[in-house]
Amino acid sequence: MKIVAICGAGIGTSAILKVNAERVLDRLDIEADVTASDVASVRTTAADAQVILTSPELVDAIGATNADVVVIDNYFDLSELEAKLEAALG
Amino acid sequence: MAGAAGYAETMPLPPLPESAIALAAHASDWRQAVEVAGSALERSGATLHSYTARMVEMIDEFGAYIVIAPGLALAHARPGPDVLADGLSVVTLVEPVAFGHPHNDPVGVVIGLAVATPDAHVTSVAELANIFNDPGAIPALAEAATVADVQRIMSAGKEEAER
Repeated sequence: MKIVAICGAGIGTSAILKVNAERVLDRLDIEADVTASDVASVRTTAADAQVILTSPELVDAIGATNADVVVIDNYFDLSELEAKLEAALG
Repeated sequence: MAGAAGYAETMPLPPLPESAIALAAHASDWRQAVEVAGSALERSGATLHSYTARMVEMIDEFGAYIVIAPGLALAHARPGPDVLADGLSVVTLVEPVAFGHPHNDPVGVVIGLAVATPDAHVTSVAELANIFNDPGAIPALAEAATVADVQRIMSAGKEEAER
C-alpha cells in the first residue's frame, strides 16, 4: 500500500499530512508507506500509489490519476483523516 | 514506520524568539498577512527579504493550500540561499483575512516557517502536528495576549512528544 501526500513545495504542509496519516493508519492497523511529495513531481512519485492525500486547492493541479485522490480540509483533524482514509481503503 | 518510533524521528521546531512574534497585527489581505509573517522571520535573523517574496509566490502559484486548518495558514517556501537559519514566526491578526480556501477561511493566525535544508523542513514541520492536533491550539493562539502566551502554546508539542 502506497500513499503520497502532495503539497505545493513537497516539503511543507505535506509533511504534516504524512505524519498525521501515519498516526491514523497505525490506529486503523493498516500497513502503508506514506511519502511526502510536490505537485510538480506527482506523475512520478504517485505513479504506483493507491491514494493521494492533498488540499482541495491542489486537486486541479494534480489532474488525472489512477490513485484515489483524498481531499483533506483540516490537516489536524485526525477523525476527518481517519474517516476519509477508511472510505478510500475500505 | 508509523507509531511511537515515527514520532521520535521528528526534530524540534526552530526557535521562536520574541522578535519573531507579531500580535494583533493589521493586514488588509492575505498578501499583507504573509508579509507580516515574513518580516517577523527577517527580524529574527532567519531570512532575507527575498524569502518573504517567495512565500507569497508559493500562494500565487499553487493557491491557498497553505491554509491547512480553519483559521490557520502555514506560510513557507522552499529552502534557498535567502534562508540564513531555520526559523519560525507567529502572527495573529486583529481582523482575519480570506486566503481563498474553500473551507478554512478566514485566517486569523499565520505561521511563518523557513528551513535551510529540505530534510529539516519535513521533520520539523511534522512537529507542528504535535501542537495543532489539539483543537484548542489555534483559538488559543488567535486570542494570545502576550508573547509568553504564544511561546507557551507553541512549546506544547515538545511535551506531547515526551509523554
